[in-house]
Amino acid sequence: MAEPLFKARNLTKHFEITQSFFQKLKFSEKQKVRAVDGIDFDIHWKKNFSVVGESGCGKTTIGKLMMLLYEVTDGKMYMKGKDITEIDSKEEMKAYRRTTQIIYQDPFSSLDPRDRIRTILEEPLLIHSLGDTREERTDMIHEALEEVRLTPPEKFLRRYPHMLSGGQKQRVNLARAMILSPDFVVCDEPVSMLDVSVRAEVLNLMKDLIDEEDITYFYITHDISTTRFFTDQIGVMYLGDLVEKGPVSKVLDEPAHPYTQALVVAVPEPEPERGQDIKELPISGEIPEGTNIPSGCRFHPRCPHAEEICSKKEPEAIEVGKDHTAKCHFAGEIDFDYEVVT
Amino acid sequence: MANDTVLDVQELCTHYLTRDGEVKALDDATFELKRGESIGVAGESGCGKSTMAFSLLNQVQPPGEIMSGSIDLDGIEVTDLSEKEARKKIRWNKISMVFQGAMEILTPVYTVGHQMKEPLKYHRGIDGNEAREICEEYLELVNLDGSIFDRYPHELSGGQKQRIIIATSLLLEPNVVILDEPTTALDVVVEARIMNDLKRLRKELDIAMIFITHDLSILAEVSDKLAIMYAGWIVELGSANDIYKDPKHPYTEKLMSAIPDLHTDIDRLEYIPGVPPNLVDPPSGCRFHPRCHKAMEVCREMEPEEYDVDGVKVKCLLYSEDESIAESREATYDTAYDDETVTQEELDEEVPEQVEGETDLSSVG
Repeated sequence: MAEPLFKARNLTKHFEITQSFFQKLKFSEKQKVRAVDGIDFDIHWKKNFSVVGESGCGKTTIGKLMMLLYEVTDGKMYMKGKDITEIDSKEEMKAYRRTTQIIYQDPFSSLDPRDRIRTILEEPLLIHSLGDTREERTDMIHEALEEVRLTPPEKFLRRYPHMLSGGQKQRVNLARAMILSPDFVVCDEPVSMLDVSVRAEVLNLMKDLIDEEDITYFYITHDISTTRFFTDQIGVMYLGDLVEKGPVSKVLDEPAHPYTQALVVAVPEPEPERGQDIKELPISGEIPEGTNIPSGCRFHPRCPHAEEICSKKEPEAIEVGKDHTAKCHFAGEIDFDYEVVT
Repeated sequence: MANDTVLDVQELCTHYLTRDGEVKALDDATFELKRGESIGVAGESGCGKSTMAFSLLNQVQPPGEIMSGSIDLDGIEVTDLSEKEARKKIRWNKISMVFQGAMEILTPVYTVGHQMKEPLKYHRGIDGNEAREICEEYLELVNLDGSIFDRYPHELSGGQKQRIIIATSLLLEPNVVILDEPTTALDVVVEARIMNDLKRLRKELDIAMIFITHDLSILAEVSDKLAIMYAGWIVELGSANDIYKDPKHPYTEKLMSAIPDLHTDIDRLEYIPGVPPNLVDPPSGCRFHPRCHKAMEVCREMEPEEYDVDGVKVKCLLYSEDESIAESREATYDTAYDDETVTQEELDEEVPEQVEGETDLSSVG
């Protein structure tokens, strides 16, 4: 198998909680939020990877770690075989940030309301000293706008963000990422604030760009229903750990981890006959705090299948299919009897 | 049975009188709701869903105004009420609303209980321990612990806050509860659980519910009836089962197919090209025709009436019985991008993105 585009090994990020003066006096142990707790994954060239999970599970932290916006606590990340956690010079950092871009969730607040679209798109070019003259830069901006189907570009250059619809704003965000011709784009819930019909449009466009621009996406979302269409590999995250990962169709059709099973059941389906009944949700309670991760399997307090071993021993990743692993002591033994209505 | 109907809305029009002109945010809305029945209202942002909700509460903010029509809420004509009367007679008592982003509605400086008992205090004059007991009872109804009464909003999770808001809306036993995007900001598991609670509450308390959302997949779970809105019109109204099985209006059809399916591999998602129209000057004829994949020549000029198709009310000329229209329906469907309403830029923008299986427009130009 070819060398993956991006590789994370034992990726860890703990946030220390600030202590009060008295806590410091008592030398009490510092509390840590284990936002990302030793995860491994590979992302292959043009094979999108998505991470799903509830809020507070640490998925955004992974995105920020990949962008080197946070320093890792432990572990390594490799981009095209190069260890990016070792980057220490400003030049190298700049070069890395050029090839890796991020798109944020909220198209309404991630564009400066006082800048025209031209200024917004020109800024990355100026920072990375691309395009020597104003004309050259204008050409590049035109090209980027055309790429995201905001045509004709002249019409948009002089507009302010408030003059655009939500979908158009998110496309400007996409253009801002694309203008540097990155290899890798981290998308943090890029469509969660858009209407269903616009969401489909933006996702279609992003998918087209994979081949047009040779891009690989890392897609962070809580909406498991869009992952199948958009990505190839999926990782299900719970409290800082990837509890299940594998090819997206496998994971969604035959989820092996009880948490994934619950997520799949919880997705609302446009089936009125079945809908009116009260759904049996296999899990109860809410996600615990990251400071206080349960012993053994981190999911065991909410798990319907938990047994004694689960609270004592942390499960290893068990292979349940080709490239499909689940971190559960009983992976492959728990039946998923949720019938699929087609 | 006449007294079974708790809400009867007839030809309701709410417009916003802005400097740029009259925004026809809600036109000719007609529907009724029986006791314990639920209706789902779906459509894109700006289609008038929230305006409808505010109209029902007689709480349209200026420059908005209810222009015509009637709202009969359990025997009370809502449109005739003054602000003071509306507050006394209907809000909370007869109809209550759970707002979009309800999680930010709780004031951080007061305890949950302090805020929750307000309707009891002002409408029923109940305070102190008695109010506390009632609140705790309702908190338990939405699967929360009664002790939450004494906690502050920042101590609670999003799902808990949303449940508190729902419990509060039920306090005075209204006949109708409007839920405006009740679960949009929540995770799927929490969302599914709140939906379960709502389904149960509706049966237990026999309340009529109006669900407003842009996400049709959620509505399938809770609605008996569906109203699909586009640009201020209710374009399709009928039983949820019928509409989900066989959507009649082209808009509904598209909206349904934009929902990604969890269990099938798809290459492209369908979507509706273009943007909803500016309601100051809506397109002539059918308001959906510039974006419609089944638009006919006649759609540009003629405003569709409501047609009854197998018990579903559809506002689309495809179902007209007029012979000349039926003829033009036979002709090949022409995706009529109207130059007046869709500018060249949008046209260019959409052409390369035509969805599979549809006529390729590039040749048509």
